[in-house]
Amino acid sequence: MRYIEEESVMRNMGKRLTKNKLWKYLFMLAVGIALASLVVLLFRIITQGTEYLTWDFLTSFASRFPEQAGVKAALIGSLWLMLVVAPVSMTLGIGTAIYLEEYAKKNKLNDFIRMNISNLAGVPSIVFGLLGLTIFVRMLDLGKSVLAAGLTMSLLILPVIIVASQEAIRAVPNEQREASFGMGATKWQTIVRVVLPAAIPGILTGSILALSRAIGETAPLVVIGIPVILQFLPDGLLSSFTVLPMQIFDWAKRPQEEFMFVASAGIIVLMVLLIIMNSIAIFIRNKFQKRY
Amino acid sequence: MSASNGQSVQAMIEASKNKKGKVLLEKTMPKLLLLTALISVLTTFGIVFTLIFETYEFFTRIPFMEFITGTQWLPFAGDAKYGILPLILGTLKITAIAVVVAVPLGLAAAIYLSEYASDSARRIIKPVLEVLAGIPTIVYGFFALTFVTPVLQMVMPDVKIFNALSPGIVVGIMILPMITSLSEDAMTSVPKSIREGALGLGATKFEVAIRVVLPAALSGIVASIVLAISRAIGETMIVSLAGGSTPTFDANITGSIQTMTAYIVQVSTGDAGYGTTIYYSIYAVGFTLFVFTLIMNLLAQYISKRFREEY
Repeated sequence: MRYIEEESVMRNMGKRLTKNKLWKYLFMLAVGIALASLVVLLFRIITQGTEYLTWDFLTSFASRFPEQAGVKAALIGSLWLMLVVAPVSMTLGIGTAIYLEEYAKKNKLNDFIRMNISNLAGVPSIVFGLLGLTIFVRMLDLGKSVLAAGLTMSLLILPVIIVASQEAIRAVPNEQREASFGMGATKWQTIVRVVLPAAIPGILTGSILALSRAIGETAPLVVIGIPVILQFLPDGLLSSFTVLPMQIFDWAKRPQEEFMFVASAGIIVLMVLLIIMNSIAIFIRNKFQKRY
Repeated sequence: MSASNGQSVQAMIEASKNKKGKVLLEKTMPKLLLLTALISVLTTFGIVFTLIFETYEFFTRIPFMEFITGTQWLPFAGDAKYGILPLILGTLKITAIAVVVAVPLGLAAAIYLSEYASDSARRIIKPVLEVLAGIPTIVYGFFALTFVTPVLQMVMPDVKIFNALSPGIVVGIMILPMITSLSEDAMTSVPKSIREGALGLGATKFEVAIRVVLPAALSGIVASIVLAISRAIGETMIVSLAGGSTPTFDANITGSIQTMTAYIVQVSTGDAGYGTTIYYSIYAVGFTLFVFTLIMNLLAQYISKRFREEY
């Protein structure tokens, strides 16, 4: 007695196997399209921008004439912005993460803080710009300064840093804390001497990635009203300034075709800055991250 | 000997307990850390109060009903009209096009990565997709304006320089990695045993993916799509650069449009003075935008909590 009719199995399976194979290639095609769009994007920008990417471009101020335009003010301005964003966002972010992971008991207030952070992460960046414009620029009267923009950006990337730091702190095994308590250490001593040293690589990696988001972000700064054509470098936290994405935005809007190439050159500078930051983050992750 | 030793240890413990600074530190640090945690709550309150106060000021000048039911948005005209529907429609056009691009591609890529790809392929493809997610939106906007639009114009001659199609497609490319990576996470968390059960019953890989893994991971997938929609609604620079600044109330996607975000940018880069109706209008529009994205985010949280399959 035959349990399997091979003919009918083949008849049924043939179709299904063809379908299986066909869809596999369609799924692969989707990945291919995503990767291809990245390649096209990078290729376009590199071929358009390299001609204008000279030493003069890096060391000149913005100009009405495309061949004289440069990113000096914007590049230095982006670094000034980091000078505010990095310490403010990291202090607040890491502090919040330590509180939520090490101290927070399960109660309404702490649940609310947690829920609030995940919702804050979903607020569009342009809305943070409206917050910055009202609170920092007008109410606190900081003007369109490095400080006002930096505080706005810090709040924008705060949820990202909190979540990354929480994950890093959570990855430190409890045995380590218990061992420290067992040796007579207090809670704060345990946090500072055991938990944080073990979590720092993860925290730094997440923070640098968040900072690289702040460097590329444009919308909140447009709303705050950061100027684009500056002929001087910022000389303090209350000085007015401009940043790379703003400069690129301005160039991209101009009708003259030459400014397209200038914008591409600006984008290359921005992308190189991002690649450097991301490489540092990956380096820290690979070099110092401990697996328990 | 041992007694005196024990005493000295005791003394050491006592001495260390009595160190004022240390006790103070133990007590004040949690409070200080709570303060930093409250900054994020304060930020939310700041956003909500800012939007409410300035929007209230706007509604003292423009009737609420005119704002939410008006089909003309002409703030710069002599006889200014503030009906937000054209801006909402512009935003929805961009979002719809982005979804049409990103959902099939993103899901297909996620299925490929979680069900078909080898470990080594996944290790290469995933970080590259993350690069796509890390590219600043201003770069995408520039790409839409200087590459996608001209290409579209070659294929479809009636596409204008500023249109909904090009930024819509590029927003789709921007949210694609988000859908892929979150959906892939949801699919990989479906246990292997369930897949093996289906394979053992004679299902093909494709049937396992579509009839077993996809339904089991559905809550995570839907949540990822809703989050991506929220990102598309709030996206600013791509639509500002490539979408134009003409708030229209029709179904046309080849001509210039304006989204809520693009309007805020237009006013911010213009010279509308502080205290004018136009100035307050960006808060009313921002408030509407905030409500839209908040609903989307809450929906995503609800879906992923309520419909999660636990294994």
